Amino acid sequence: MVIQALCFYLFSAVTIASAVMVISSRNPVHSVLFLILAFFNAAGLFVLMGAEFLGMILVVVYLGAVTVLFLFVVMMLNINVAEMRQGFLQYLPIGGLVGLILLVELFMVLGGWAISPEAAQVAQVPTPPPEEVSNTAALGNVLYTKYVYLFQASGIVLLVAMIGAIVLTLRTRTGVRRQNLREQSFRTRDESVEVKKVQSGSGV
Amino acid sequence: MLEIGLSHYLSVAAILFTLGIFGIFLNRKNVIVILMSIELMLLAVNINLVAFSTHLNDLVGQVFAMFVLTVAAAEAAIGLAILVIYFRNRGSIAVEDINMMKG
Repeated sequence: MVIQALCFYLFSAVTIASAVMVISSRNPVHSVLFLILAFFNAAGLFVLMGAEFLGMILVVVYLGAVTVLFLFVVMMLNINVAEMRQGFLQYLPIGGLVGLILLVELFMVLGGWAISPEAAQVAQVPTPPPEEVSNTAALGNVLYTKYVYLFQASGIVLLVAMIGAIVLTLRTRTGVRRQNLREQSFRTRDESVEVKKVQSGSGV
Repeated sequence: MLEIGLSHYLSVAAILFTLGIFGIFLNRKNVIVILMSIELMLLAVNINLVAFSTHLNDLVGQVFAMFVLTVAAAEAAIGLAILVIYFRNRGSIAVEDINMMKG
C-alpha cells in the first residue's frame, strides 16, 4: 500500500510538473520533450490504476507517434523563438483568472459528490476478476463483440485523418525536371538526331 | 493520505485539465503549444475515464478512453498538417495572424 501511494505521488508529481513546463517552456522543442515525459508518467498512472493495456497504448501511440510527429513539425518549421514569447505576460492575468476559476469549480465538484451505491450494479460491462482474465483480454473481448461498430468507426476516423493530412500537405511543384521513362524509351531516331551537311575545309 | 482512492486521480486530472486551459491562454503566439495543451486536456479526460472505469469495475470507460485516444491522434495529425500549410503560406504560426478567412 505504501509503495502504491509512493508511486502515485511520484507519477502524478512528475506529470504535473512536466505539464507546467510544457506550457511555460521557452523553446518549443523543450515543450515537446516535456510532453513526452508527461505522457510517460501518465502511462505509469494508468498501469497503477490497473488499466495496463491503455498504459501501453499511451506509450506506443502517444510517445511513438503523436509526440514524434510534433517533434518533426517543430524542427521542420523555422520558428523565431524570441518572437514567440511576446504577449506571454499580457495574457497571464486573464489566463490565470480563468484557470483558477476552473480549478476551483472542478474541486468543488470533486468535494460535493458521492457515488451512489447502485452505481456498481448498473455496470454495462463488469470487469472480470484480474486473476482470471487479463486486462488486455477483457478489453479485447468487449471491443470486438459489443463495440465492434464503434471500433470500425474509429478506424474510419483514422483513415479520413490520414487522407486529409496527405491532401492538405501535398503540393505539386511546377518547373521540376523529372525522368519520364516512357518518353525516353519511345524516342525515335528522327526526333533526336539531326544530320547536318558540313562543307569540308571551312569549319562549322 | 496513503490510501489512494478515486478522488486522488480525479484531482490530478483536474489539475492537468486546468493546465491545458491555462496553456491555451498563455501561448497566443505559438499554435504548436496550443495543440500540445489540447493533448494535455485530452490526457486529463482519459485519466478521469480510466479512474472511474477501474473504480466502478466497468470496462466501458476504458473502451471509451481508447476511442478518445484515436480521435486525439487524428486531431493531432490534421492540426499539424494545417499548421504546416499555414506556415508555408504566411511564414509565422501566431494565432493573431489567422484572419485570412475574415470577409
